[in-house]
Amino acid sequence: MAVEPAITMDQVDVVLSGHTILRGLDFSIARGAFVGVIGPNGAGKTTLIRLILGLIHPSTGTIRVLGMPVGKGRRRIGYVPQSFAADPDLPLRAKDLVGLGLDGERWGFALPSRSRQQRIQEMLDRVGASAYANEPVGTLSGGERQRLLIAQALLTNPDILLLDEPLSNLDIRSGHEIIELVDEIARERQVTVLFVAHDMNPLLTVMNEVLYLAQGRAVVGSVDDVVQPEVLSRLYGQPVDVLRVRGRILVIASDSVVPLTHFEGVAHGQPSSPHL
Amino acid sequence: MHGLQYIVAAGFFQSPEVQVALMVGSAVAVTSAVVGTFVVIRGQSFLGHALGDVGSTGAAGAALIGIQAIWGFLSGGLVAGVAVDVLSRRPRERDVATGVVLSSMLGLSALFIYLITQLSSSTGVTQEILFGSIFTVAPRLVWPLSVLSVLALMLIGFLYRPLLLSSVSEDAALSRGVPVRLVSLLFLLAMITAVEQSALVVGALLSTALLIGPAATAIRFTRQLGYTLLLATVFALADTWVGILLAYNSFTWPPAGRGWPVSFFIVAIMVFLYLVSQIIPRAPSRRADKGGDSQ
Repeated sequence: MAVEPAITMDQVDVVLSGHTILRGLDFSIARGAFVGVIGPNGAGKTTLIRLILGLIHPSTGTIRVLGMPVGKGRRRIGYVPQSFAADPDLPLRAKDLVGLGLDGERWGFALPSRSRQQRIQEMLDRVGASAYANEPVGTLSGGERQRLLIAQALLTNPDILLLDEPLSNLDIRSGHEIIELVDEIARERQVTVLFVAHDMNPLLTVMNEVLYLAQGRAVVGSVDDVVQPEVLSRLYGQPVDVLRVRGRILVIASDSVVPLTHFEGVAHGQPSSPHL
Repeated sequence: MHGLQYIVAAGFFQSPEVQVALMVGSAVAVTSAVVGTFVVIRGQSFLGHALGDVGSTGAAGAALIGIQAIWGFLSGGLVAGVAVDVLSRRPRERDVATGVVLSSMLGLSALFIYLITQLSSSTGVTQEILFGSIFTVAPRLVWPLSVLSVLALMLIGFLYRPLLLSSVSEDAALSRGVPVRLVSLLFLLAMITAVEQSALVVGALLSTALLIGPAATAIRFTRQLGYTLLLATVFALADTWVGILLAYNSFTWPPAGRGWPVSFFIVAIMVFLYLVSQIIPRAPSRRADKGGDSQ
């Protein structure tokens, strides 16, 4: 029996309050792939994530997650939100936040148990967060919070990990650390990763596929196949240039000097990480 | 035992009013502390305050038709809670919706209170609605009030994990299949119960004090939710008991020898505890490694 792809979309359109947000999504993502979900603001990245989680439904077309209809597959998806609300006084320690990943959706409160503690502790160790396991989450930095959210999402051993712009509140160095961490864990546990980002450059060394979204449409494939002037021009519906400079990629609309994606890395002169 | 006479005025524990006040006050204190902790965590203090204020409309209505104030408080809270929920489709609209509901209900309250004063030529009822009436609670209300408290506490116990998760990250909660909207509606019910009960004790205007005060104080001293709930409960109970005691003692105080309002004492103690908690520095970080991110 052939292994079902992680995610399959068949002619999916999403219409929300009269606006077509996504149209004609038709692709499949293989198990174990590391996919960068790239696109400008408003391209429908968050809608795509919500669609895969089954929080919104396609107007037409079908989606299958791990060979199952979306709602059912949800328990095998780990979701990492952009951030979380926490002021410094919030009485919740790092390990309590991670623990919510184990059973936060169940009614009632969790009875303390050794195996529960142990699973949480192992996950904290794995993401390198044990040093601040007992700190209130509101006192932690953006990078630290992101590690906790990743740990929280991984506790139930999901087959798919969805990360919604995890780099958006991070400095470049913490960003690279998070990418490396996700990459390592994904290989180790054979998890399929959908990593939403504004800029594809930090992900170039780790992703095997790019899911490029613009104007509510998507193209999926290798970076070399997808990030091409003809492909992106068709996607954006306007002429687009693609520049490759010292291992980095710039996507620029021909009628504008403003790059369509954002390039902090270039401005800081950081070469992309040489390791893979 | 003799020293106690100077602290507790004669007849304190024998007085039936005091016995009822202590029982009702304790039930209300525990519920307010527990629910209030989640109100503070969820940043819903304004809604909590509004629910107390609009309770006065219900209570004034109840006085007009001659039923117990608590049922008026509860129906006022329910009407307002439902109205706020219906009007605030998006989280950002919640404060505006709360403000609109609050002012329209208070307008009605002004009319009811005017009618009360015209019909009964007494200001006692108004005073009780706005500033509490713990010493005049009918003894037969002890049971229903305790049952309401237990129900609100059970509801919080039931909602515990999904409520916490959706307070910290609604997206994470949704992704795990938590019915976030149902959870927040059920929490609203617990909130109405807690606020309206405490409106009965300390009055509609001050019910937020018992809801927010002990929780906001306890949060400063704890870093685990379980301990926060426990400490908030201790603060709320101690505050209510001492407040009742002082109010009882104040029957011999100037100017009139009629006793000062309980709500004054309860709020004064609460504010004092809160101020102390803000002055005492927070416990230092116990981080094992100051290195942080880079490992």
